[in-house]
Amino acid sequence: MDSRNTSVATPVPAFAVSRLFRLRRNGLTAQIAGRIGSGLLVLWAAVTLSFVSVHLAPGDIVSLLIGEQLRTPEVEAAIRAEWGLDEPLPAQYLSYLTRVLHGDFGRSYILQTEVSQLVLSQILPTLKLTAAALFVAIVFALVSAVLSAGRRVPRSIAGALELTLVSTPSFWLGILLLYLFSFTLKLFPVSGDRSFSALVLPALALGLPLGAVIGQVLRQGLERALEEPFALTVRSWGTSEFVLRLRHGLRHAALPAVTLTGWLVGSLLSGAVITESVFGRPGLGRVTVEAVLGHDMPVVLAVAILSALVYVTLSTLVDVLYLWLDPRLRSDSREAVR
Amino acid sequence: MTPLVDIRDLTIAFPHGRQDNRVVHGIDLTIHEGETVALVGESGSGKSVTARTLIGLSAGVVGASRFDIAGDSTLGFRERDWRRLRGTKIGFVLQDALVSLDPLRTVSQQLSDAFGHPGYFGRRDGREESSALLLSVGIPDPERRLPQYPHQLSGGLRQRALIATAIARQPSLLIADEPTTALDATVQKQILDLLAERKQAGHTLLLISHDLAVVARLADRVLVMKQGRIVEQGPTKQILTQPTHPYTRQLLDAVPSASSRGFRLSPATQSETDAPALPAAPVQRRLPLPPKRIDATQRVLSARGLVKRYGVDSFAVNNVSFELAAGEALGIVGESGSGKTTVAKMVLGLVEPDSGTVLVDGQPWSHRSEAERRARRAGMQLIAQDALSSFDPRYTVEKIVGESLDTVGVFGRDRRQRVVEVLDAVRLGPDLLHRYPRELSGGQRQRVAIARAFAPRPKLLIADEPVSALDVSVQAQVLDLLAELQAASGTALLFISHDLGVIHHLTDRVLVMKDGRTVETGAVETVFAAPAHSYTRALLDAVPALP
Amino acid sequence: MSALSSRAKRETAPASQFLRLLPANPGLALAALFLAVIAIATVAPALLTTADPIAADPLQAQLPPSWEHWFGTDHLGRDVFARVVHGARYSILIGVSAVALAATAGSLLGLVAGLSRGLVDEVVTRLLDVVSAFPDLLLALVLISFTGPGTTNLIFALGVAFVPRFARVVRAQTFVIARSGYVEQARTFGLSRTVLVLRHVLPHAVAQVPILATIGLGSAIIGAAGLSFLGMGPQPPAPEWGAMLAEARNYLRVAWWIGVWPGLAITLTVIAISVLGRRWQAAFEGRRSE
Repeated sequence: MDSRNTSVATPVPAFAVSRLFRLRRNGLTAQIAGRIGSGLLVLWAAVTLSFVSVHLAPGDIVSLLIGEQLRTPEVEAAIRAEWGLDEPLPAQYLSYLTRVLHGDFGRSYILQTEVSQLVLSQILPTLKLTAAALFVAIVFALVSAVLSAGRRVPRSIAGALELTLVSTPSFWLGILLLYLFSFTLKLFPVSGDRSFSALVLPALALGLPLGAVIGQVLRQGLERALEEPFALTVRSWGTSEFVLRLRHGLRHAALPAVTLTGWLVGSLLSGAVITESVFGRPGLGRVTVEAVLGHDMPVVLAVAILSALVYVTLSTLVDVLYLWLDPRLRSDSREAVR
Repeated sequence: MTPLVDIRDLTIAFPHGRQDNRVVHGIDLTIHEGETVALVGESGSGKSVTARTLIGLSAGVVGASRFDIAGDSTLGFRERDWRRLRGTKIGFVLQDALVSLDPLRTVSQQLSDAFGHPGYFGRRDGREESSALLLSVGIPDPERRLPQYPHQLSGGLRQRALIATAIARQPSLLIADEPTTALDATVQKQILDLLAERKQAGHTLLLISHDLAVVARLADRVLVMKQGRIVEQGPTKQILTQPTHPYTRQLLDAVPSASSRGFRLSPATQSETDAPALPAAPVQRRLPLPPKRIDATQRVLSARGLVKRYGVDSFAVNNVSFELAAGEALGIVGESGSGKTTVAKMVLGLVEPDSGTVLVDGQPWSHRSEAERRARRAGMQLIAQDALSSFDPRYTVEKIVGESLDTVGVFGRDRRQRVVEVLDAVRLGPDLLHRYPRELSGGQRQRVAIARAFAPRPKLLIADEPVSALDVSVQAQVLDLLAELQAASGTALLFISHDLGVIHHLTDRVLVMKDGRTVETGAVETVFAAPAHSYTRALLDAVPALP
Repeated sequence: MSALSSRAKRETAPASQFLRLLPANPGLALAALFLAVIAIATVAPALLTTADPIAADPLQAQLPPSWEHWFGTDHLGRDVFARVVHGARYSILIGVSAVALAATAGSLLGLVAGLSRGLVDEVVTRLLDVVSAFPDLLLALVLISFTGPGTTNLIFALGVAFVPRFARVVRAQTFVIARSGYVEQARTFGLSRTVLVLRHVLPHAVAQVPILATIGLGSAIIGAAGLSFLGMGPQPPAPEWGAMLAEARNYLRVAWWIGVWPGLAITLTVIAISVLGRRWQAAFEGRRSE
C-alpha cells in the first residue's frame, strides 16, 4: 500500500478547520491566520443569524423586542429609529452590523439602560465564577485521570464518582452544597458575591460535573496512550511509570481532551446562568434569565452574541494550542522529510 | 563464564477468570555474551511475549525455575529492580519507529529521556552525547535531526533513531523485535547492515522475527517457536539447510522464491483450517502446480501512457504502459510510494488517469461514464490487501461472496449454488456461509475474498498486495490457491506486491516501478536473472535470501 | 443449524444481544430495573401512588418523611413522593421528544452533508459551526425568549440545541464509510450509487444514532430540568423535577427533604440511562473492533 500521508492521523477539531482557508505550504502563521479567519466567519454568521431570526420571527418586531406591556407610541418610535425599521432591509442589516461591531447593542427599554453598560457591569462576577469553576474542573480531571488510569481499583472508584457527578444537575449539586455547608455547617455564605468564600460553593457546583467529563476523556486518552507501542519503548529505557504518564502520556491524552473545549466553554456559560440563580449571585446569568422571562430581547441578543464571541475566541486559541501540542498537524513539518 | 541470559522452564500465562490461557509452555533460553540468537515463529507463537518478559514488561503471569540476567536472579524482582535493568543491561527495539517513538517529542528529547537525564522538558546539555550517538547508528548530520519529530524523518532514519535510544546507555544485550518488518526492502537492508555492524563489534543480540531469511544473515543460533514451544533449535546453518522438525521444514518450504517457481509452497493436503496438519513423515519436498494456459493472442488489458498527478508538479504515476494476455500473470513490484496502487486503481476505474488510456478486451475503459462501465465490471475483479475491511461487517460470507454476482444477474438458488461452488474451490466448507467476517481467521478471510473474486468468472483479476498481511505458512496456502485457480480458469492476473520473492514465484512478467515511473519490465526470469537497471539490482540485492 | 441462526440473530440485533447481558451484570440489571420503575411512573403513576400531586393541604405543610408521606410534604402540604412520581412524565417526555427531534433532524443533515460533499456539505457544516457557537442551554434560552416558556417550546428549544451533536457524528461516519474498503470493493462490482448508499453506507452511518440518543437523553433530561428550574418549562403547579427544586431552594433551611428527592430522581435516572447507553456503546464498539 502506498502510504504517503499516514503521518496525519489525528483529527483536527472540526469546528475551526476551514477548508475555505486551507493554505498549503505556507507554514505555521498561515495556518493560524486561517483559523482566525474561520473564527471570524463563524462570528459574522452568528451576528447575521441573530438579525435574521429577529426578522423571521412571527409577529411584529417591536412587540418581539419589548413585549406588549411597555408598548407606547414613544417607545415604538424610539425602537423604529434605533433599528432603522423604516429603511430597506439591507440598510438595516448594515447598520445592525456596524452597531454590533462598535459594541453597541442598543437599549433595554425594560431596564431603561444601555445594554452594553448593563452587560459590562455584570461581566466581572460571571468571569470570576467561570474561571474558578474551570480551575476546579481541570484540577479534578488531572488528579483523577493521572492517579486512576490503568489501575483497577482506583479506576472503578474514579469511574463511579465521575458517572455520579456527570449525572448530577449542577443546580441540585448547588442545593446540596448549600444545605450542607451553608445551612447546616455554616461554613460559607448562602448567597452574594462579597467575599472569596462566597465563590467556593458555586465554583464547586459548576466545576465538578465538568471536571468529571474531562476526567473521563483524559483517562481514556491516557490509557490509550499507555498502550501505544511507544509506551513500551519508553518503559524499555527504564523510565518510571509516573514520569511516563506525566511526560509522554498526558500530552497524548490532552489531544482528545482539548477537542472538548468547545463543549466546555458552552457548559461553563450555560452552567453559570443556572448556578448564579441557585446561589443568588449577581452576573450575566441572572441578567439573561430575567431578560428571557421579561421578554427583554435586546439584552438576550447581546448575551447570545457575546457568548458566541467568547466561544469563537477560545476555540480558536485551542486550535492554535492543538498545533503546538501535535507537531504532526503543522503543515510545514513535513517539508523536512529526507 | 556465566551466560548473559539463562532462563529455564519459562511459562507465561494470561489468566482470564478461571482459564489459564498459557501462551508459553516451559521454554529454556540461554544467551551468551557476544552471541546473536534468533527467535523465529509465526503470529501466536509466543516469541514477542517471551522477548518482553526479558525486560519485565510482558503483562502476563510469568513462571520459571531459573531466570538470570547478567548473573542476577530476577525471580522476585520488583518493578523498581526491573527499571534499573532496562536500558542499562537490556535495550529493546520494536518494529515501526513511527509508532514506537513518541510522535509528540523531538528526537533530542527522546534521546535525553533514554539517557535517563533528569528534568521535565529534556535539557539541552546532552547535545554532544546525542549527536555522537546518532552518528554511531549511521545518521548523517545529526545536528539537523535532533530538533525534528519522528514523522519528519524517513523510515530508515527513524528506525536508526529508535535503535539509538535503545543503545543509549550501552546495554549488554539488545533485543530487536521484528526490527525491519514495516520497512521497504532497501531500508530493511540498511537496518540489517547496522545490526550486523554491532554484531561484528562483539555486541550481544536477540532477534525476534517471523522471517527466516532476515535471521539467516545475522544469527549464530536459531530457535523455532510454535504455539508457545520451541520445536527446534541449533546453529543457523543447520536449521536452514537440514531441518529435522516438520514445522521448520514447512516454514522453509513456504517461502516463495525463484526456486519455488512452478511448485506448490504448502503441503498438498489442505484443510480449511489455518494450521494444516503436519505430515507424519518427510514426503516429497515440492509438488508441482498445474500448468498455465496463456493465450497471447487475446489481449485482456492494455494500459498506455498512464499519468496521475497530485498537486501541481508531482506525479503519483508517470507514463506507465503494459499489456496483459489471457491467462497471464503480470507482477507490478515497487516500494511504498512507487505508485503501484494508483496504477491498480486506474485499471479498476476507481481513479481516472490524467492522461493515457486503459483498454479492457480491446475496448476503451478509462474516461468512460460509470454507467457505461457498469455492465462490464463483472469481468474484472479485485482482491484487496486487507480482506476484512473489504467486507461489509453486517454481511455474512454468503452475502459477501454473492454480491459480486449482482451485476451478472445470478440470484436465488443459482446464486447459492455458485457461492458454495467457489467456496469449495478455495477449500472452505458450506458451514461458513452464515459466518460474519470478524469470526473468520486471517487466512479464511483472504480465501473468501478470492472466492468472491472468482465467483462471476472474471477475465481479469487485480490483486493488490493480497498476502502481505499473512503469516508465511498461510501466505503459502493462499498463493497456491491463487495459482491453481488462475491456471484452471485461464484468468489474467495483475499482481501488485512489494515482495520480490512472491512476484518471482507467481508471475510470468514483471514491471518494476519507482517514484511513479517504470524502471524495467520483461519476463520475470530474465529481469531477475539479469537486471538491466541499477534500481532493480539494488532491490534484488536488498532481499535477504535463504542459503 | 439452530446455533447458526441464533448467531445470525445476535449479529443483526445488538439490542437483544445486550439485553441478554443483564443477568450477568448487576449494575446493568439495577439500572434497567430503575428505568422500569421510571417507565411505570411515566405511563401509569397511579400504580405507584394514590396521593394527589397538585392538591394543597396547608395543615400538612412541611412534614418530614414518615410512613404516611415517604418523602415528606412541601410548603403547600403536597405529598413529595406523589409529586416526584408524577414528575417523571415531564422529564421523560421532554427528554425523549427533544432527543427524537434532534436525532432525526441531525441524522438527515449529517447524511446529506456527508454524501453530497462540495457546496452543500460546506454550507451544512458552517451552519452547524454557527449553531454550536451558542452554548446548548443558552441557545435554548434564546429560542425560548422568542417563543415564550412552556413544555412544547422547551422541547423545541432543546431539540434544536442538540441537533449539531447528531449531525456531526453522522456526517463523519458517512464520510468515512463512503471511502471505506467495502464501498470501494462494491463499486468494482458495478453497483449503482443509489444501491451503494442504501446497502452499504446508510446502515452504518446511522448505526450509532440510537446509542448516541440514549446517551444524549441523559444530558437532555438534565438540560430540561435546568431550564425548568429557571422557570422556562412547565409552569407551576406542575410537578416537574427542576421546577420543584426551584421552589425547594426557598425552603431549604426548614425542609431539606423538598430539595433532595427530585434531584435524586434526576440523578438516578440519568445514571441509569448512562449505564445502559455506555454498555450498549461498548458492545457496539467491541463488535466493530474485532
